[in-house]
Amino acid sequence: MEQRKRPLSPHLQVYRLPLTAVVSVTHRMTGVLLTAGLMLFVVSLAMIQCGASSFSAMQTFIQLPVIEVAIWLMIYALFFHLCHGIRHLFWDAGETYDKLLMNYYIILELFGSVALTGLSFLFVQMAG
Amino acid sequence: MVEFTLPKNSKVQQGKHFPAATGATRIKRVEVYRWDPDTDENPRIDSYEIDLDQCGAKVLDLIIKIKDEVDSSLTFRRSCREGVCGSCSMNVNGKNTLACIKPIADINGTVKIFPLPHMDVVKDLVADMTHFYAQYSSIKPWIKTQTPAPADSERLQSVEERKQLDGLYECVLCACCSTSCPSYWWNSERYLGPAVLLQAYRWINDSRDENTGERLDELEDPFKLYRCHTIMNCTDTCPKGLNPAKAIGEIKKLLLVRQEG
Repeated sequence: MEQRKRPLSPHLQVYRLPLTAVVSVTHRMTGVLLTAGLMLFVVSLAMIQCGASSFSAMQTFIQLPVIEVAIWLMIYALFFHLCHGIRHLFWDAGETYDKLLMNYYIILELFGSVALTGLSFLFVQMAG
Repeated sequence: MVEFTLPKNSKVQQGKHFPAATGATRIKRVEVYRWDPDTDENPRIDSYEIDLDQCGAKVLDLIIKIKDEVDSSLTFRRSCREGVCGSCSMNVNGKNTLACIKPIADINGTVKIFPLPHMDVVKDLVADMTHFYAQYSSIKPWIKTQTPAPADSERLQSVEERKQLDGLYECVLCACCSTSCPSYWWNSERYLGPAVLLQAYRWINDSRDENTGERLDELEDPFKLYRCHTIMNCTDTCPKGLNPAKAIGEIKKLLLVRQEG
């Protein structure tokens, strides 16, 4: 008798991802996002060096409120990626694996990324 | 391979409902994944209403009661009913655990029981563990020595050396951790997964084993070991409270230190 193909048991459909997994996948997503953002950044640099008319076109574009929000989200993504990246360095050194402290370290990471974004915002406000 | 959705033959459908017996007061709703290899139907979720006043305290008691009194075709693995055999591993309300040590009282609302995630289903809650066990045997889980055994004694360990195995030897190979790991879901054909890597570290760390170098050689592979991205689901879910993620981290560290020579 030909055996029926066995079904695959549900995975993402049923698994309740712990905070650590959510942070891990966010690290991935911010990584992809930042790579794409880097290309846009290079395009904007190219436009700046192409002369006054493209410079002012770029300036008008960047000053659109929606773009400004997007830029701050990118900056947050950068700092989040940095903070979790530092966590990865600790992991590579064999540290911060403690089961009971896992969520505590995540709070530290989130606090760090929010604080760095806040500092950047203050810096921009003062420079501007 | 990364595939977020289930294949067509694995999509889960609504199944039968079995209401509680009349006169039941403390009713718990239990939903269980069912798949019968002898029909052409897709997997389904059957729901049962169980009177907790007539049932033991653990999730395993629930499904034994269902099998005994409601539907004898319900199929699952179980043996020791006290968390040392590792047979009754399954996904309960979104987290892998041993059903025999999971208190029903921990679960608010409906109890939802699925087989271990991202595994081939043999029947109902029974997952096909063939590949998992083959991976386990690939790390040669026994002491390998170069020197002859002492003539008049066993190979002895000091208290300190024995302590190195604490947190490792307790693993019962229930596969809760491996099947909680997204990396293992997408790459299980080549990634060994947390359970097998924790076992590998258990033998690397055994003072009596004299094959550490060869064991590390075997693991130094972009897929076997380095698909671990410290997602930490393994440590989060381990019903024995062990830390496979840390064991994997220790192996990575040993490989790095070895390179520095």
